[in-house]
Amino acid sequence: MDMMIKQKIKQVKKGDQAAFEDVVSFYQNKVYQICYRMLGNTHEAEDIAQEAFIRAYVNIHTFDERRKFSTWLYRIATNLSIDRIRKKKPDYFLDAEVKGTDGLDMYSQLPAEQALPEEEVESLELQSYIQQEIMALPPKYRGVIALRYLDELSLLEISEILDIPMGTVKTRIHRGREALRKRLRHV
Amino acid sequence: MLVNCDKEIVRLMHEYLDGHLAKTEENKLRSHLQSCEACQKHFHELKRTVAMLKSSSDIQAPVNFTANVMEGLPQEKKRVGYMRWFKAHPIITAAAIFFLFMMSGIFSAWNQDSQLSVSKQKNLVIQDDTVIVPEDVVVDGDLIVKNGDVKIEGEVKGDVVIINGEPLLASAGQVSGDLKEVNQVFDWIWYHIKEVTENVFSIGK
Repeated sequence: MDMMIKQKIKQVKKGDQAAFEDVVSFYQNKVYQICYRMLGNTHEAEDIAQEAFIRAYVNIHTFDERRKFSTWLYRIATNLSIDRIRKKKPDYFLDAEVKGTDGLDMYSQLPAEQALPEEEVESLELQSYIQQEIMALPPKYRGVIALRYLDELSLLEISEILDIPMGTVKTRIHRGREALRKRLRHV
Repeated sequence: MLVNCDKEIVRLMHEYLDGHLAKTEENKLRSHLQSCEACQKHFHELKRTVAMLKSSSDIQAPVNFTANVMEGLPQEKKRVGYMRWFKAHPIITAAAIFFLFMMSGIFSAWNQDSQLSVSKQKNLVIQDDTVIVPEDVVVDGDLIVKNGDVKIEGEVKGDVVIINGEPLLASAGQVSGDLKEVNQVFDWIWYHIKEVTENVFSIGK
């Protein structure tokens, strides 16, 4: 599959637009998932995921073919998602970082029991419930968690995608997972 | 929660979940988990969280997503579009190239030989751009003249073909076959085609 993508990228670089169609259909679910995990809204996720592909197409000449295309593409998608989150600035109070916790905010400090009553949890689809809990994480934790459980990406790849050191990726995954554990343990 | 246990144990749990745990550390974690119920619960909850995250990781992009992206792309260069069309229709492309070469061949042949040329027959007289069949001469076979006029005073036992020229028939002149005059490129092509078909059929005979 990697070879197929490499070939298609070469064609796209030569200006063949149709070759890009295969690239999009191959990666659409992955890119959409990253955006959805980070934004928590289907419309916004679709919007940003589309934008990510268009950016990738327009800037394809800056992509170094010796590197992994997915890393480059996911990076565009995460950066665009982060930009969108910054522009929105929702729930300012609960989203504000608690000092000395490296990004954990008031949301993650709330006891999970109070998140939703049992009956309501059952009526919600597990999928959207999990997403809701992910949305309670600060964006930088959301990003690593989204990438970690998308295709089981390695920590090294995640550090390349987000352009942050391995140690930071590790810390964020550990803390993000810990926060989710607290919020999901009663499901 | 985990009051008595080292933070180190929790770190080991996460390292384990990321597949970064060395064998010795794994043994350490395992032996601790066997003796500590609180940590066991903690570890179980983490694994469950991971399982939930994994199980919900098959989010599909909306239908028409790819089509919408393709619609949003800037226009591609025309050149590439043509190249792809050519690749998709090799037979038409081959035919078009063949036709192009054929036409250019015919046109260049037409334009290049403005030299007077006559089919090889004895006793013909050539004056300036005029080929003369003298009075007492009988030409056996066809007479073909390119880029020149023809004046027939004697006799031609066959066809006379004049390409890019005019016949100047003397009253006494006699042609037993047809007299063909070809003055336009397309006439000339037509003449060639007829000649080829005639040849093909005469082979058949």
